[in-house]
Amino acid sequence: MIHLEIPGKLKPLVELASAVAAGYFRPISRKYDREEHTYPKELDLLQAAFSGLQGSGGLQGAGAAASTKKTERADGEIVNGGNMSTVLGITELAWGDVGLLLTMPGQGLGNAAIAAVANEDQRRRFGDKWAAMAITEPGAGSDSAAIRTTARLEGDEWVINGEKIYVTCGERADVIVVWASVDPSRGRSAIKSFLVEQGTPGMKLERLDKKMGIRASDTAVLAFSDCRIPRANLLGSEEIASASKGFAGVMKTFDNTRPMVAGMAIGVARAALERLRELLAGAEIRPRYGGSIHAGQHAEIEVLRMEAELEAARLLTLKAAWMADNRIPNSLEASMSKAKAARVGNAITLKAVELAGALGYGEDELLEKWARDSKILDIFEGTQQIQMLIIARRLLGKRSSELR
Amino acid sequence: MAANPVLKGGLRMLSAFASSGLAERYGVEDQARELVERAAKLGVDLLARGGAKKAPRDPAAPKVRFDLTPTESQELLRSTMRRFGEEVLREAADEADVAMRPPAEVIEMAGEIGLVELAVPEALGGAAEERSPITTALLAEELGYGDMALGAALLAPVSVAHLALDHGTEAQQKDLLGRLTAEPFVPASAALLEPRPLFDPRKPATKAKKIGGEYRLRGEKSMVILGQSARFFLVSAMVDKDARLFVVERDRDGLTIEPEPTMGLRGANLCRLRLRDVEVPASAMLGEAESFDHQRVVDLGRVAWGALAVGQARATLDYVKTYCNERVAFGEPITNRQAVAFMIADIAIELEGMRLLVWRAAARAERGKSFTREAHLARVQCAAMSMKIGTDGVQLLGGSGFIREHPLERWYRHGRGVAVMEGGLSA
Repeated sequence: MIHLEIPGKLKPLVELASAVAAGYFRPISRKYDREEHTYPKELDLLQAAFSGLQGSGGLQGAGAAASTKKTERADGEIVNGGNMSTVLGITELAWGDVGLLLTMPGQGLGNAAIAAVANEDQRRRFGDKWAAMAITEPGAGSDSAAIRTTARLEGDEWVINGEKIYVTCGERADVIVVWASVDPSRGRSAIKSFLVEQGTPGMKLERLDKKMGIRASDTAVLAFSDCRIPRANLLGSEEIASASKGFAGVMKTFDNTRPMVAGMAIGVARAALERLRELLAGAEIRPRYGGSIHAGQHAEIEVLRMEAELEAARLLTLKAAWMADNRIPNSLEASMSKAKAARVGNAITLKAVELAGALGYGEDELLEKWARDSKILDIFEGTQQIQMLIIARRLLGKRSSELR
Repeated sequence: MAANPVLKGGLRMLSAFASSGLAERYGVEDQARELVERAAKLGVDLLARGGAKKAPRDPAAPKVRFDLTPTESQELLRSTMRRFGEEVLREAADEADVAMRPPAEVIEMAGEIGLVELAVPEALGGAAEERSPITTALLAEELGYGDMALGAALLAPVSVAHLALDHGTEAQQKDLLGRLTAEPFVPASAALLEPRPLFDPRKPATKAKKIGGEYRLRGEKSMVILGQSARFFLVSAMVDKDARLFVVERDRDGLTIEPEPTMGLRGANLCRLRLRDVEVPASAMLGEAESFDHQRVVDLGRVAWGALAVGQARATLDYVKTYCNERVAFGEPITNRQAVAFMIADIAIELEGMRLLVWRAAARAERGKSFTREAHLARVQCAAMSMKIGTDGVQLLGGSGFIREHPLERWYRHGRGVAVMEGGLSA
């Protein structure tokens, strides 16, 4: 039965995440924006709280690791499960601070990959660890099949060589999921991911990048020179699939993580819009519903336009998560939600600064920070343009060789 | 959602404690962590229990989940209407656009399908299981997929039935629904819009003055659907400070009806109604003062127009997908170009956003929740996006989009109407 409200079952989770965002993230938000590269030690206590919650089953995952959790259900019954609760939790936390959310211990993107493809042994060894993901290289961004990092099998060890950039939590995580080719002559099918523990000889932290936004989150450059890891640290199958099966498998992780990034964009945009409304109320501008959609002050109309856009993005994202929870293939919808939410999130945070004027542009408010933070959401986990390619190819039945 | 104040306060303290470095300095990090873990567990338990206490669940009530699956009967109706939209409305659309009225056989066919009966509950002589704005939205999408003008024309009398059901007294329901389900079928139509910029449907300039036992109506209504064939109208007018609807028979003295040529939606037979001291009995005022909800009239109108717009947007997507995949330029299909392909991807994204906004408003209305905000947002989005999709649709076909051989130019003209139309329909 068609119904688009948050189910009561998930409300405690939303309320809790909202409380963490307001009570825990917001007070330290500006501090770690200014003190880039300083580890937010407050997060350790929060991690303790979260593991307490996960232990009690009270928090059905507010992080990456939970995204691939299977949801129990009776045959044919519609469920609202792990994917939806993850998206909702993330939205609330991102309302607090996206940068802090991205550096929550134990909730890295690598954790999503481990949860999705790790075998029993790997799950036992790495399941509790904080895992980052290293894909991008100086010469390969959106075109992740073009990476040049290699992994060579020598006896019982993989030997990794290459350079990775933009590794979120690359300094703080316990383990890095590194993408590398086991045979550069065989293209994308030879690309595998490897678990490299922090402190492994041959892996070196080159530097931390300084960024426009999400400064609480560390973004590392990692160099690999003859970095040796156990053979058993390869995620998934060693075999080079004839088609691009292996690579596609790794890319599948993104079907789960894209709605999560969409959730982040929705959270930060909602924060900006709410604050803008408060500031505008001080100027006696209070957008109202029910009358003409065209009449009123410019700012009033703009706020309602933004709200409609945000609502469209939010519902698209919930749809993608709902599909995943009910085992309906959602690659298309995952990309649609990411594309829409990320661009809307960026547009709203920027417009909020514009309409709030000097108040919005200055550091007394967080509006200018959110406008800086939101931009990355339209870039990582697949840029706006990559999402459009994915969507268009699916809609039009195009191969990647046709619609390039 | 507002954060729980107690929890929020505790977390603030915790954050301050963690920031202070006190735990570190006194070497009590482990204890602190354990404490936090326990407190968190407790917090969730409390939240869960608190939630349960607030809303004791009725075991008989269906579980309320986020769900996008139509019921079986909705699915059945949808597929029937899909064929009707595609095969009948799409085929008749051009002729209706030129003639500025729906072909008689389309209205007849709608009568045969029993569109109005589908809206009227069994107890009142119809075939509806329940009054369902969601079902109407699904139906309207399929009608809009065929043609928005004809869809509006077919939905107008259905909407009058909805308005009678939602607001009418028992006697009015019996009378109005009886006339709408009588043979042969003669339509009726609601009239809210007025010819003014920035029109606010909550404050019509049309006035109804009580004189003795009658009301005297004065004003002008614009773009009234099926104006030339409707047997009666539901006209909105201000009674003191409240907007109300009045049943006005077409043959009343002082009422003139003239076709009103427009940019698009011409097939809906849009007409201008001029009311010069039209007198109606007091019983013509729909509903009673305590229960009549004019905002609901406006809001459900927005849901219905939004649903029609979703249908047209989907029609546009399907059309440009096929056309552009087949159209070859520079030696390959033009969809091999990002500039073309991305425009089509955008149509798909915005279309889905429109649909979900419309559905949310409709679903809230169906459950008796407030939905003025949701209907407003759906209207804002549908008004903007149906025009974007309309103009992109023409652009994607190039010169072919501009000529009448293809439906894109008509959809462009219809598309602008979504931002203009208020009322006339009700989900």
